[in-house]
Amino acid sequence: MNRKTRLIALLGVSVAAAMVLSFIETLIPVPFAVPGIKLGLANTVSLFLLIKLDWKAAGAVSIIRVLLTALLFGNAASLAYSFSGALLSIAVMSLLKKTGVFSSVGISISGAVAHNFGQIVLAVFLLETEQILWWLPALIVSGVITGIAIGIVVSILAKKIVLKI
Amino acid sequence: MKNKSVRNDIILLVSLLVIAALLWGVISALKKSGEYAVVIVDGVETARYRLSSDVNDVIYSDGGHTNTLVIENGRASIVSADCPDKLCVKQRSISKAGETIICLPHKLVVKIEGKGEVDAP
Repeated sequence: MNRKTRLIALLGVSVAAAMVLSFIETLIPVPFAVPGIKLGLANTVSLFLLIKLDWKAAGAVSIIRVLLTALLFGNAASLAYSFSGALLSIAVMSLLKKTGVFSSVGISISGAVAHNFGQIVLAVFLLETEQILWWLPALIVSGVITGIAIGIVVSILAKKIVLKI
Repeated sequence: MKNKSVRNDIILLVSLLVIAALLWGVISALKKSGEYAVVIVDGVETARYRLSSDVNDVIYSDGGHTNTLVIENGRASIVSADCPDKLCVKQRSISKAGETIICLPHKLVVKIEGKGEVDAP
């Protein structure tokens, strides 16, 4: 099996794992009543790939996972929100990873906050209500909390899992 | 490298929390008492209630979905809904101008407007 084949297989498995995590988190109620809040478990996969491989692998898995999850379990609106959140999140995380300034926790926090920010801005446009922006403080805090949790999980995984491509 | 980046993480974390606190402070200071609860479905205003009245109404959104709006004691809240996450039900009741309760799956926003405030469509 050559490198390309191994990579495709890895990305396929990653998308599947991310989708399963997406589903699992719908079973876990979040204690904070903030619109659009999620644990973001599926991002462990994207962040793991960003750290172990590169932003292209992470971005591809993110985008495909969002598309498939929305196709299978969601609707046009949920796709729009997930997509805008994921795009901004991956862009921010990839840029920060390049600078090397933060560890996985810092990158994860930034990704989570960027994700929430992308969603809230889209909501302001789609629902034509700028007062939605007032939720920003709550979304920043929840982004920091979920970002820390996911970041810690990924840094543990990154140490224990050796990726051979 | 590891210690430096962890230190940067903490700086980032604290900065974000400080920004959130500042935003929250500014927003709270700007809040004025509200007069109307406005129901907006998919960007279109569909109902407007005075906060001074007592209301128990069902809001219908696309696909026959429902959210139940209750206004009493000058506060508006959603008491039940058939959306998957029920975050709208968990959100606290609102009464100040600018506050909102949002049900994203149903594209629903309940917004408080204050005196003399009419948002452009």
